[in-house]
Amino acid sequence: MSLAEKELSNTTVNHANLLELHHVKKYFPIMGGVMRRKVGEVKAVDDVTFSLMKGETLGLVGESGCGKSTTGRMIMRVLDVTEGQIVFDGQDITSVKGERLRRLRQDFQMVFQDPYSSLNPRMSVGALIAEPLIVNKKGSHSQIKDQVVSLLETVGLSAEARIRYPHEFSGGQRQRIAIARALALRPKLIVADEAVSALDVSIQAQILNLLADLRKEFGLSYVFISHNLAVVKHVSDRVGVMYLGRLVELAPKSSLYATPLHPYTQALLSAAPEPSRTVKRERIVLVGDVPSPANPPSGCAFHTRCPKVMEVCRSVRPEMNEYQPGHFVACHLYS
Amino acid sequence: MSEPLLKVSNLKTYFISKYRTVKAVDGVDFEVQKGKVLGIVGESGSGKSMTSLSIMGLIPPPYGKIVEGEIRFEGVDLSKLSEKKMNDVRGNRISMIFQEPMSALNPVLKIGEQIDEVLIRHKRLSKSEARRKSIQLLQSVGFPRAEQIVNEYPHQLSGGMRQRAMIAMAMACEPSILIADEPTTALDVTIQAQVLDLMRDLKEHTGTAIVLITHDLGVVADMADDMIVMYGGQVVESGTADDIFNTPLHPYTNALMESIPVIDEERERLTAIPGTVPSAANFPQGCRFAERCAIAQASCHEKMPELRELQPGHLVRCDLA
Ligand SMILES: Nc1ncnc2c1ncn2[C@@H]1O[C@H](COP(=O)(O)OP(=O)(O)OP(=O)(O)O)[C@@H](O)[C@H]1O
Ligand SMILES: Nc1ncnc2c1ncn2[C@@H]1O[C@H](COP(=O)(O)OP(=O)(O)OP(=O)(O)O)[C@@H](O)[C@H]1O
Ligand SMILES: [Mg+2]
Ligand SMILES: [Mg+2]
Repeated sequence: MSLAEKELSNTTVNHANLLELHHVKKYFPIMGGVMRRKVGEVKAVDDVTFSLMKGETLGLVGESGCGKSTTGRMIMRVLDVTEGQIVFDGQDITSVKGERLRRLRQDFQMVFQDPYSSLNPRMSVGALIAEPLIVNKKGSHSQIKDQVVSLLETVGLSAEARIRYPHEFSGGQRQRIAIARALALRPKLIVADEAVSALDVSIQAQILNLLADLRKEFGLSYVFISHNLAVVKHVSDRVGVMYLGRLVELAPKSSLYATPLHPYTQALLSAAPEPSRTVKRERIVLVGDVPSPANPPSGCAFHTRCPKVMEVCRSVRPEMNEYQPGHFVACHLYS
Repeated sequence: MSEPLLKVSNLKTYFISKYRTVKAVDGVDFEVQKGKVLGIVGESGSGKSMTSLSIMGLIPPPYGKIVEGEIRFEGVDLSKLSEKKMNDVRGNRISMIFQEPMSALNPVLKIGEQIDEVLIRHKRLSKSEARRKSIQLLQSVGFPRAEQIVNEYPHQLSGGMRQRAMIAMAMACEPSILIADEPTTALDVTIQAQVLDLMRDLKEHTGTAIVLITHDLGVVADMADDMIVMYGGQVVESGTADDIFNTPLHPYTNALMESIPVIDEERERLTAIPGTVPSAANFPQGCRFAERCAIAQASCHEKMPELRELQPGHLVRCDLA
């Protein structure tokens, strides 16, 4: 059974799934010429299917421009889906709008790479965290104040932080503020997009530990987007690898990292330098640059850089296939 | 050990304005050996970039200054050289590459013209000789279509290609030292692997020593022969990369190694370092790491520890190590 069929068959029956993406695509038009007409399109996300169980963390890795953020932003419904379906907590949210979307949004929140640009510099930290509570009428003035204090405590900041402004905090502290704000409405899902990438490693550890604690405390689910393979391995239950808008491999982290199947995943893992003088991996150095998603190669998008390319790869696009239980791969080597 | 190629002693680079003094680099010592890679790691703001800019004579004006110390290279103290003499060294005997290649490449000049210019200025080559050499250099950094690349503008290249073009330009005069400040931070993992391989190859072929600045311990483990760990404008540990990775002595180095997730290991919980780096405008009088240190004692807050040699060639700035 293909991944799509397997996951689709669960659509309405499987209540353990918090989130499902079915054949989701996002094509951005490329405008050109004097008439500003559409001259092409960027296939930022091109037929992605996966699901996320309640309480689960799914990592998404892949190189710059492969469509990770676009996927995250479609899940958040800040970007419209070109094609496909997104199901959140049993409801099709692909095209909900207006008041219904606003109410649904309480359940999913996003945390970004740069905590500074996502926080309004003119609002005090207290006001920033209170804002979603006020907008959604979550209690009286004093109840909201209590909630803000307890949220600050949850993320390890003192109540006194309320009266200060974002620029008075370090990068790690600002990320805590952004997380407190994201948590205010008690969401079920957090999409963390490169949430620790801009932080110093010593601070990164604080935030990763915090995310793990929150997961335990509130049963949160995460879609954790990062290009750092070690970080993704640390936080995730399952990991999806993207290449040029497509999911090429999806597996429980233990099997993905121990036995990567897709040649791209293998190259990616082998290229990640490990901070150790004793472990030395055999590096697979890929030749060539990542192709443009405006003009993706035919067949398997990876065939131009693949060390194991075969004739069929140039013309036929490989489907996701469950090669081992729970371990999906889109590669002709395994079909 | 033979005479080092570059010897930095007690380097202090401060930003002095009417209102405050930022001690960006505050008494740094290290040596670069011929044909070796020295890795510099440390927290953001610990003075890594300012150390390298001090060597290059490129400290941001008007407030930045070398207030003390020596940078000895080929028998002269670079910190005392005139701007004119420094121009002969820069891009010739010592060159530098940056995280963002666009900051070093001129956007309105074709790639070939930029490399030609370096060769014409420092090596006094004719225009056609320079062009021939430029094409060769681009081939050596892995461009299959080098004859075409020379005629392209920086914006026509991808990030990884630009980084390689910048390396080609930096290597044009076969410098004895290449300073690379976060050369792969902006690159994808698979492209990073290409660039690191390239730097390793160049080192082997030309004997150029590399000073590699990065916050990625993985990159240092992969590349460096020697390393220094910086914190608060100072060197807190230095030694061979093997020594430091196998037996880190400074509590900060230790914490750093424990705080990162590692692919080949399952770590239940990461060891976070609490707190934040002290401000370079207002360092405490004692050990600069003491406030965040798990094993600090009262004395650590009072007196600045000296950098001392605990094992041959392995130095640490901690009285408790
Ligand atoms: N609003 C947009 N208009 C046109 N193209 C876009 C838009 N947003 C993203 N893209 C393109 O879609 C592709 C996927 O981008 P996306 O930001 O999702 O990648 P990513 O995997 O998050 O990369 P990174 O690791 O660099 O953040 C890229 O080629 C990008 O240039
Ligand atoms: N132009 C400047 N004026 C005043 N202070 C400066 C200036 N440039 C840098 N500094 C300060 O000097 C210190 C050292 O900065 P430096 O750029 O060397 O850090 P770094 O170790 O390279 O950090 P990163 O890892 O973030 O690149 C910092 O405290 C920084 O704020
Ligand atoms: Mg992104
Ligand atoms: Mg720097």
